[in-house]
Amino acid sequence: MSPARKKSLLLLSPFLAVMGAFFLMPLLLIAAYSFLQAGPNGGVVWHFSWDAYVQILYTRDFDGTLVFDAGYLQIFWRSLKLAGICTALCLLAGFPMAWHMATRPPEKRNLWIMLVTIPFWTNLLIRTYAWMLILRTDGLVNNALVKTHLIAQPLTLLYNDFSIGLGLLYSYLPFMVLPIYANLERMDWRLVEAAQDLYATRAQTLRRVILPLAAPGILAGCVLVFIPAIGSFLAPDLLGGGKRMMIGTLIANQFSFARNWPFGAAASVVLMAVVMLGLMLMARKGRGLQSLV
Amino acid sequence: MSPTGLSIQSVSKIFPHAGGAVRAVDEVSLDIRANEFFTLLGPSGCGKTTLLRMIAGLETADGGRILLDGEDIAPLPPSKRPVNTVFQNYALFPHMTVAQNIGFGLEMQGRPAGDISRAVADALKTIRLEGMESRRPAELSGGQQQRVALARALVNHPKVLLLDESLSALDYKLRKEMQIELKRLQRESGITFIFVTHDQDEALSMSDRIAVMSHGKVAQLGTPQEIYDHPATRFVADFIGICNFLPAADLGLKDAGEIGFRPEDAAFVAGATPETPGAKGRIAHITYRGAVTHYLIKLADGRTVTLSEDDPQDVKVDDDIAFAVAPDRLIRCA
Repeated sequence: MSPARKKSLLLLSPFLAVMGAFFLMPLLLIAAYSFLQAGPNGGVVWHFSWDAYVQILYTRDFDGTLVFDAGYLQIFWRSLKLAGICTALCLLAGFPMAWHMATRPPEKRNLWIMLVTIPFWTNLLIRTYAWMLILRTDGLVNNALVKTHLIAQPLTLLYNDFSIGLGLLYSYLPFMVLPIYANLERMDWRLVEAAQDLYATRAQTLRRVILPLAAPGILAGCVLVFIPAIGSFLAPDLLGGGKRMMIGTLIANQFSFARNWPFGAAASVVLMAVVMLGLMLMARKGRGLQSLV
Repeated sequence: MSPTGLSIQSVSKIFPHAGGAVRAVDEVSLDIRANEFFTLLGPSGCGKTTLLRMIAGLETADGGRILLDGEDIAPLPPSKRPVNTVFQNYALFPHMTVAQNIGFGLEMQGRPAGDISRAVADALKTIRLEGMESRRPAELSGGQQQRVALARALVNHPKVLLLDESLSALDYKLRKEMQIELKRLQRESGITFIFVTHDQDEALSMSDRIAVMSHGKVAQLGTPQEIYDHPATRFVADFIGICNFLPAADLGLKDAGEIGFRPEDAAFVAGATPETPGAKGRIAHITYRGAVTHYLIKLADGRTVTLSEDDPQDVKVDDDIAFAVAPDRLIRCA
């Protein structure tokens, strides 16, 4: 090894150490666990096995034969769908918010950023419980509606897809707002003036100039929302009452109640593969979109 | 016949500033003729760009009317005005190609694709950028970006083209070229050009008429020659070219107050002695500028004046000299 190469490796070593300890090692451990046998009381038995992956697609019949079972696939699909809907809702709500923040006078923008980040000061678990208090049958919303005689019977706002979606939207909205804001804030507003000067209506200016220029921020926001949303665990578990199994709750259960670590690890690996595939598709589509406009 | 051209009638713009208000444009009235190359000239902060933006519709006027061929366009949004702008730093759309940039205005007006591509091809020929249609603005030089910005506006055949300090980002030589090019485009297109600049050289060399602005008002309106030879105020005299001001008595005149003259309108009086009547001084500095030579002269009372001569004179620093100003070239202004 040449001295220059040695030196650059030495300089890189802190970075490599952090990457190795916090990113690579846990991932490798998960991948390794997914190919092992489940221990009888949790943990793993160090014996290679495909069982965990087989279990995702098949169940064992009474007589021990493998039967195709789409149950877990449905959970995957439901989680993907919910994360997609959550991302779309975050975008719909987040873009106008980011727009509003970016168009304030510079001295007021920091206040807005602080307001958006205030929820992070409290643990997500606490905030999710707070939503339960708001949404439950004798919660804030129902009490207000009943007391004002707008409804006779309390609405079922908790433990359904609505509450899960609301919880996800609430949890991940800042991750959509901040990258879009960062993008819009840097935008050259004279381009908007130029578009209007060239006969573009407001809608045309938005579609042809602002959105293409904000695309990197929108894409970053979507990725930052979609990835945690698909594996999210708190909102489906607490606001969904754990009745609606999501991939996040499924994985969490394998490590806690079910004590099937290899299966939980395998589900995680599959989830990562799905997300990775989605990102690659998105990156390709992103480039395609850019060449369109 | 309805009046043609752009008529600006007591237009104002008030900006809130530090608790109070600043009249950036203060009841300005101007009549700009059709097919005219009209320049708004003034130092930064004089209101010229604000006035231009009000004509474009990018700023709303606080009072007054803006009539284009007799129709009040002040209430219209920018997208409804038959007026286009060449922005100071071009404001080309970075995510679009040259052709898409140039065709944008026509596309927004809903013109058929065939018309657009023909017009874009014509425009590229006019600005001599054939073969560059699929480049992005970032891949062009400053001068090329400037020409694309011009084409993007001109291709719409606006009634009025607004140019906001459009040449100031270019280097000297390119700027000179673009001045000639702009003048040619204006003559050939027959479009009214309203050009905003702080560069008096640019204003004098291109304009049919100039409005010199100061503190939100028009200080003087006239042809370049009228403004240079007969500046209405001391501000105009100082802003356009170099102007010397001396008490009338120093020049041996009976007028009250101060009299102005241009450096090139004064000449050395040969063989002068300290006893010769007229203005006298001592050469403080000589600057050779190629085509002309500037002489900085210090008078007995400490004032300085500048003289310029086409041919270098037989004088040197610290020589005592006398100079005289042609009587018909004296500038008497308010």
